[in-house]
Amino acid sequence: MFNQYVKELKSSFHNMTAALYISLILVFTGIFTTVYNLMGRYPTFEYALFQTILIFLIAVPVLTMRSFADEKALKTDTLLYSLPVGMTKIVMGKFLALVSINAISVLIVSLYPIVFSFYGKINFLMTYSNILAYFLLGCALISIGMFISSLTESVVLSAVSTLGALLLVYFVDVIALLIPGDPWMSLICFIVVALALGALVYVYMKSIIIASSVGGVLAVGAVVFYVLKKDLFAGLFPSMLEKLDIFGILNNFLMGIFDLPAIVYLVSVTVLFVFMTVRSMEKKRWS
Amino acid sequence: MIEAKNLVKKYGDTVALDGVSFAFEKGSVYGFLGPNGAGKSTTMNILTGCLAATEGEVTVNGYDIYADAKMAKSFIGYLPEQPPLYADMTPVEYLLYVGRAKGLRGETLYREVDEVIRRTSLLKVRDRLIKNLSKGYKQRVGIAQAIVGDPEIIILDEPTVGLDPKQIIEIRNLIADLGREHTVILSSHILSEISEVCDYVVIISDGRIVASDTVENLRSVIDGTKIVNLDVKCKSSQAEAVLTQLVDIKHFEVHKKGAGVVSAKVEMSGTADVREQIFFAFAEAKYPIVSMSIEEASLESIFLRITSDSKEKKNKKYKISSVKTEGNNTDLGESEGKE
Repeated sequence: MFNQYVKELKSSFHNMTAALYISLILVFTGIFTTVYNLMGRYPTFEYALFQTILIFLIAVPVLTMRSFADEKALKTDTLLYSLPVGMTKIVMGKFLALVSINAISVLIVSLYPIVFSFYGKINFLMTYSNILAYFLLGCALISIGMFISSLTESVVLSAVSTLGALLLVYFVDVIALLIPGDPWMSLICFIVVALALGALVYVYMKSIIIASSVGGVLAVGAVVFYVLKKDLFAGLFPSMLEKLDIFGILNNFLMGIFDLPAIVYLVSVTVLFVFMTVRSMEKKRWS
Repeated sequence: MIEAKNLVKKYGDTVALDGVSFAFEKGSVYGFLGPNGAGKSTTMNILTGCLAATEGEVTVNGYDIYADAKMAKSFIGYLPEQPPLYADMTPVEYLLYVGRAKGLRGETLYREVDEVIRRTSLLKVRDRLIKNLSKGYKQRVGIAQAIVGDPEIIILDEPTVGLDPKQIIEIRNLIADLGREHTVILSSHILSEISEVCDYVVIISDGRIVASDTVENLRSVIDGTKIVNLDVKCKSSQAEAVLTQLVDIKHFEVHKKGAGVVSAKVEMSGTADVREQIFFAFAEAKYPIVSMSIEEASLESIFLRITSDSKEKKNKKYKISSVKTEGNNTDLGESEGKE
């Protein structure tokens, strides 16, 4: 794993993606910090920092686009499959290398509050818990990008799909507003999701029986619940969608609340996508 | 050593491999031969655990390639069809990376990488970026990657593709050298290469093993008829008169070559060598033979015959004695008699 980590870290710097990622993050945090904190005399660094999370939408795809798509395009993935190293270790090595690059930019950014403290009073605990949340958000987005990269053989497609997926997550709260709060509307949405999951299972397992039973059971389950507890369904789907908004989940931190569930949520998302990357790479063996 | 049992690989409805079984022993060079798309690369990918078989199993020294992947793969070095090289690394960096992944550490790692670089003649380019290397050197880095860590089994998928003749000879010598202590399995569609390097040949066609034997046995079993070419100083009619007297000849052709010399192409009926008979027959008639040579069936003709036969007569059994493959595999080809 360490071997893979070192190799990945080196190659990220060789092919400029790491440099591009770090410079994108630093340039924009620099601009926002100058405008908010230095020129606007705003005493909290985290407001400036959280203005820049939009940059993740561009920077993360740049960082993760090559991770597995490039290996597939250049057929170097056969080496990964033939070496006596488990796929989990390879994925972890790659992921930790990307996380380290994220950590480099976060470490540089976390020097800013120290500089500010020479000129005024800084609530370090609050600022650094925000920076921690910012770092974990980056890791979660990187895991999503890495997973998407493992699905495709094209670096460009990997970058564009990651951008699309992150945009969707970024605006999921707006999309939630589109859906009316009526109970039946939620039911329809759940049925659509159930059928979509069934379709996904079909793509993954190529078995019409398993796919239709998964989709069917979920859809029927939703209908049964709807009949039993109709009131629960009012606005249920939009509120669940809002929960997917991993950008907005950090709002509590900005208000000075150390939101442990949010931390757990981000870490879970990260673990889930790293795991799915391992599965997606293993699956290629069985294609 | 390495054993495959009844490998079947299906891509959707397409059957890429259909019941391939073999067992390879240590210290020999095995060659997979077959036309493009016959299933050579698929077999190799399955042997190395890069691809999972739909049915069947592969065991390496008793370890299953999936259940005990780590142990099984530690015995194998693999060069895929396209060498899996990282363009932005130097050969040394790359080999160190692969060596570490194979579990080498410290002093041993560096010694091993140096040794492999020497063996594959990469000294001149060891610190250049792989992307700047010529195809021949890239191929060698690929081979170096496979043999680093001294694995017992070395699997090479078309190792000499894209190399110049000098490099091909070097690589062949290297393979022959490796074959002394390791099991080397290589695939090729270049027949001369297989016949030169390999001890055993496995011919694959349409996802099935249609023949599996030593090169010599394949020659003698499949093509029993030998042809003798001779030039004799006499007239055509005289040569025909002599040849018709001989018993062990199935068929002959005589044509004029010029300057009082005729050349004859004589097909023997059995496996017995009729050259002596021919010599004495012409000597008795006082027609001097100026040259005589025996034409052995080339691997090309064997290959073409087997692969086209297996397509045409899918129901007929192709009976070839098998050396080193499993006992029940003696009737190679269509033992199941599938349409």
